[in-house]
Amino acid sequence: MLDTLLLSRIQFAANISFHILFPTITIALGWFLVFFKWRYDKTSHPVWLRAYRFWVKIFALTFALGVVSGITMSFQFGTNWPGFMERVGNIAGPLLGYEVLTAFFMEATFLGIMLFGMNRVPNKVHTLACLIVAVGTTLSAFWILSLNSWMQTPTGFELRDGVAYPTDWLAIIFNPSFPYRFFHMLLASGLTASFLIAGVSAYRLLQGDNKQAPRLTLKVALTVAAILAPLQAFVGDLHGLNTLEHQPQKIAAMEGIWHTEKGAPLVLFAIPNEKEQRNDFAISIPNGASLILTHHHDGELKGLNEFPNAHPPVKPVFFGFRIMVGMGMLMILVAVGLRWQLHRKQTLAPWQLKTLVAMSFSGWLATLAGWYVTEIGRQPYLVSGVLRVEEAVTKLASENVAITLTMYLTLYAVLLVVYIRTLFFTAKKSVGVEEYEQTQLTGGKYA
Amino acid sequence: MLNAEQLALLFAGLMALAILVYAILDGYDLGVGMLLPNQEQDKADTMIASIGPFWDANETWLVLAVGLVLIAFPLAHSVILQALYLPASFMLVGLILRGVAFDFRAKAKSKRKDMWDKVFKGGSYLTSFSQGYMLGSYVMGFETTIVAHLFSILSGIGVVTAYRFIGAAWLIMKTTGELQQQAIHWCQTALRVSAIGIALVSIVNPIIHPNVLALWFELPMALVLLPMPMICFGLLVLLELTLPKLAQRPEQGAWLPFAIAAMVFCLCFFGLAYSFFPYVVPGKLTIFETLSAPESLNFLMFGVVFVVPTIIAYTLYSYRVFWGKVTPLSYY
Repeated sequence: MLDTLLLSRIQFAANISFHILFPTITIALGWFLVFFKWRYDKTSHPVWLRAYRFWVKIFALTFALGVVSGITMSFQFGTNWPGFMERVGNIAGPLLGYEVLTAFFMEATFLGIMLFGMNRVPNKVHTLACLIVAVGTTLSAFWILSLNSWMQTPTGFELRDGVAYPTDWLAIIFNPSFPYRFFHMLLASGLTASFLIAGVSAYRLLQGDNKQAPRLTLKVALTVAAILAPLQAFVGDLHGLNTLEHQPQKIAAMEGIWHTEKGAPLVLFAIPNEKEQRNDFAISIPNGASLILTHHHDGELKGLNEFPNAHPPVKPVFFGFRIMVGMGMLMILVAVGLRWQLHRKQTLAPWQLKTLVAMSFSGWLATLAGWYVTEIGRQPYLVSGVLRVEEAVTKLASENVAITLTMYLTLYAVLLVVYIRTLFFTAKKSVGVEEYEQTQLTGGKYA
Repeated sequence: MLNAEQLALLFAGLMALAILVYAILDGYDLGVGMLLPNQEQDKADTMIASIGPFWDANETWLVLAVGLVLIAFPLAHSVILQALYLPASFMLVGLILRGVAFDFRAKAKSKRKDMWDKVFKGGSYLTSFSQGYMLGSYVMGFETTIVAHLFSILSGIGVVTAYRFIGAAWLIMKTTGELQQQAIHWCQTALRVSAIGIALVSIVNPIIHPNVLALWFELPMALVLLPMPMICFGLLVLLELTLPKLAQRPEQGAWLPFAIAAMVFCLCFFGLAYSFFPYVVPGKLTIFETLSAPESLNFLMFGVVFVVPTIIAYTLYSYRVFWGKVTPLSYY
């Protein structure tokens, strides 16, 4: 029988991994919808409204999955990780509280108006409701990223008898890694939503949809992706430098640096060997890591040997980082390349459309890999240097956690399959819808 | 800046408000979910349309309530939820199922729609029953005896009935025609069962908890308190008499059943809250003992003072936007 600690960790990891998939889409998709709606208000061209209406359905579905999977987590803090709130609750509590108060209610209430109120409120109010929902999702990301960053780089507090007490709220909220992490996440969301929109629009075109809307959304999404993907590489680099400053052990695990050295190589591929503290089958560029991280070919990088018993497991961080960066590179290549192609030829070849369909969920893969790097890279701490994971775990019987874990895993697997199928089913259904809606668009009952 | 005692009272009050608002608001939409008919697609569509714009925001009150316990009384949060680990998890599964079924039913292939309606209904039952079970277990001080389990099961049935009651009352207000007549019928049944349930709890609670007996029957408070159960039963009788008339003339005072149901919820909730105050873990921990650091709660208080009135304002606005009888649900 696995122990409560391990089961609780798997359960929380499964829960939070499942949850993040949906906000990652909705945070940016909300802004896409604002853009579509705003363009419609400006131009009165029905194609923008059709783009809005298709994607608002996907938004509603995704949002619902995000809400229900999020509620589960607020329970698990108390049920599985009571030590977290006992030791750092004075800091984490208000940040979570502000998320609920300033974001959750606003999103949920105006979502009702956004989805079902189009013919009940003036058009301007409806557009405003869309805007408020988008602001709400972003604010929610603000608070949760602030808390997460504080757990990585805690500041603005003092410890009394092992319990953290706040001394400076601004230092807590805007802790050293927060700005990097927040923008990295917002860009990740932008890319995830762009590739989803591009992929589903490409799928509709491949299915023979000859309407204007999917062409338009494809173009908008590719444009956004072509701008955001290179920008993400830049922000990601800054985030890495920030991590080097505050969490060098995480960087050491990401780069596979076992011993402190000058002129550390950039390891492109290897299999980290934790037992013998070395990399097997390494392919590397001499002095590369030092050059990138210290901007000097002979710069010194701290190795894992400097953090005995306090560094993260190397393999997941090392591979997670490579998956994230690999996906990022692929996204830059595809987004920039295909946007350029679209600019030159006004259309994409079938194989290019198929590539986009295949990459519909590339954002999910990159985002999850990135989160694993940063969260596993925080181990063995729950709050860096303050609280270790095993100190926070519940005393529940492991059978109970095993029951709920099985329940959640089954549920998540089913829901994920149903979600993806529904997404493409909705796309397929819209292919058959002809342009006849045009008459209804401006003043129809369900306009 | 407030001191620890004031903060404990403020956050306990806010937590109580969130729980009460949750019970009324999510109560009616869970109730509508449980009342969903099998095989009658049109009725199911109308019923779900009546809660469509609201269910998400309604559920947020649960997040706020649980969040406030977590933030203001963290020790209580971990004691209560570890004791209620399994029922709480079942409730979450119920909430997940109904939340997704709501969206999947509208987008799935039409032959699957019936299945999602069943999931919606089943999820609503699972959520409501688990909440009732948790309430019962809480009242019994998390004992694990057979009697305590039986009481919790009865309490689960009680909450299911109470939610069906307020759900039916909501439908009377929001629908017309055949469905409204059916809702009146549902309301009558649920009302009678609820009345028996409330009576039982009101009698049993003082018997098993001597301190509750003292709280309610000692002068001078008894003068203020004892009329409350009477008002509660008076309201239920009034509704019992009104419903047949409403069936005859459905347009006169269709809002009355919902208003009465909400008031009954308030009175029952007050009764429970008063019986337990100032304990947050019954008989063991008070709100003062489990309070988190005052400097944290003072920081959060600013948000509470400004944001909660705003939340109430736009919630009211949203109800005004969707005021009146339900219309087909469509955002396409």
